[in-house]
Amino acid sequence: MDLRLPIGGLFSIFGVILTLYGLVSDKSIYAKSLGININLDWGLVMLVFGAIMLILSVVNKEQDFLANEVQSE
Amino acid sequence: MSQESLPTVHLGLVDTSLLIIYLIFVVGIGWILKKKMTTSSDFFQSGRSIPAWITGLAFLSANLGAQEVIGMGASGAKYGILTAHFYWIGAIPAMVFVAVFMMPFYYGSKARSVPEYLSMRYDEKTRAFNAFSFAIMTLFSSGISLFAMAKLLVLLLGWTFPEAMLFSGAFVLAYIYLGGLTSAIYNEVLQFFLIVFGFLPLVILGLTDAGGWSGLKAKLDLAVVQHNAAVVAKAPGAGTQIYEPGSFYHLWQGLGHASTNLLGVDWFGLVMGLGFVLSFGYWCADFLVVQRAMAAKSMSAARRTPLVAAVPKMLFPFLVILPGMLAMGLTAAGGANGFHLPKLADGTYDYNNAAPLMLIHYFPTGLLGLGMTALVASFMSGMAGNVTAFNTVFTVDIYESFIRPGQSDKHYLVVGKLATVGGILASVLAAILAAKFNNIMDLLQLVFAFVNAPLFATFLLGMFWKRTTGHGAFWGLLTGTVAAAVHHGLTQPVGETDPIKGGWLGAVLHHYPSDMAQNFYTAIFAWSFCFLTTIAISLATKRTKSDQELTGLVYSLTPKPVETEKNWLLRPAVLGTIIIVAALVLNYIFR
Repeated sequence: MDLRLPIGGLFSIFGVILTLYGLVSDKSIYAKSLGININLDWGLVMLVFGAIMLILSVVNKEQDFLANEVQSE
Repeated sequence: MSQESLPTVHLGLVDTSLLIIYLIFVVGIGWILKKKMTTSSDFFQSGRSIPAWITGLAFLSANLGAQEVIGMGASGAKYGILTAHFYWIGAIPAMVFVAVFMMPFYYGSKARSVPEYLSMRYDEKTRAFNAFSFAIMTLFSSGISLFAMAKLLVLLLGWTFPEAMLFSGAFVLAYIYLGGLTSAIYNEVLQFFLIVFGFLPLVILGLTDAGGWSGLKAKLDLAVVQHNAAVVAKAPGAGTQIYEPGSFYHLWQGLGHASTNLLGVDWFGLVMGLGFVLSFGYWCADFLVVQRAMAAKSMSAARRTPLVAAVPKMLFPFLVILPGMLAMGLTAAGGANGFHLPKLADGTYDYNNAAPLMLIHYFPTGLLGLGMTALVASFMSGMAGNVTAFNTVFTVDIYESFIRPGQSDKHYLVVGKLATVGGILASVLAAILAAKFNNIMDLLQLVFAFVNAPLFATFLLGMFWKRTTGHGAFWGLLTGTVAAAVHHGLTQPVGETDPIKGGWLGAVLHHYPSDMAQNFYTAIFAWSFCFLTTIAISLATKRTKSDQELTGLVYSLTPKPVETEKNWLLRPAVLGTIIIVAALVLNYIFR
């Protein structure tokens, strides 16, 4: 199994949930976070990260992106 | 994580759903990996098939349990940036050393565990000493993480403590039982990203509130002023534990003498005790982390594992220590948001809860769910890492070598799975003990520190001096452990009378300025005694292993690993040098 798939999946889902929640939630809850709609902002960041992981797992299949050594043993 | 000052947390529907989705992913990964678990090698070593980026992140995350994530925030609040010494002179050089010099022996020997390496290099009694102490130690570490996780679930979901314990134990059991080491490793990587994404917004919000790095520095100077005023008010004219401004955010300020820095340690104790003995002992000889590298798919992936881990490790102080520093600064000077660390009954700040309190204070519903999921993930992986290390050491080094050797692979796979169940049950017992008697955990951690401190001397001599014998190694380890205990029994940190802090042998020969200093010097004593005793006894005893038997286990008798990496920048020695230089630069920037 390519681990980038579940990582991408989990963070995409988290990203979507937080982004949507950031759009519909009442502004008063952001008094805690200094008036910043952190759910919306951070949800988008996670969505982008999740999407990149998903794309990578599809585009360069079965490749360890840190290694191009000959597989031994 | 003590619960004294944690407020009740109200999770919204969105928070709980994030937690549940994460838990579904964890079990799902175990379920998918189930098909691949057909041999004991699959279960204990992931079939030696995992790429370096995954083993590397797991190498880092196996250590990111409750003690690390909560503990580093607590130390950040108490000692400021000096806590980063655990990373920048502690972990990083040790990780580079294990990658460049030690991995060729570990991976090349095909040993399945650290005790098994010791039996190949030395003898069965040295293996047994390490296997038994490690097995017991991992069970208790696992119990501590389980305890922390159950407490968090009680706080978040309103369960009773026994319910939370049963759920946590059964859950971790399920995914290791299904997917073995691979399942633990994959989930550790998932946990790594959760910690990063869960803590980064905390740092951003905290820094915004504190007015950036320069704002934080001003606030921390105020904390020093308040601290000094409190010390003077308590004991006028004492002149001890009075610190200069900047103490919270300079790595090397006041390290000339133990009384002029927050850690209460002089530079020699810090560099030798923490930087050399403790860090190298942990990152090079502790099977919990080494097991991750042993699961790599090739020698070069194994050697790259600690290096892949070192890069994020270098940046982790900004993620786990900075929240603690922010908590302290905002408490001293006040932020727009009114965050402050509560005080405990004895008048000291509740340092231990600095990180979770910050999360609860700054995260609105939604992000709060993410932060809490990150904490649950951390505690769960901390437990799973220890359980997978335990089931391997139990099966390979205790069952197969001392109880029933020569059975079929299938037999050992079944034993490994049963050891997982046993390990979880023992963790539950350890967690119950921890809940009942707080001191038992302190006592055990102390004993394990005695056992661990000398270990790196045994490895260093074993790998680089072929004359080291099994008798030398065994008696050296024993002497080092006893030396640690005796040193601890004869010294005390200033102002402590509790025997768990030292001095239990009756006479106190030396007072250390802090318990940190005492720990570091205990380690130095243990290491030196082990080193010298091993050399002396090795010279006095005959070698039992021929040069041929030691090929692949000792540096001078092992052919240098052939470099298959075409890109020279990715070669372990080059990468290692770059990482060391980067760590030096960080030391310089925050000097």
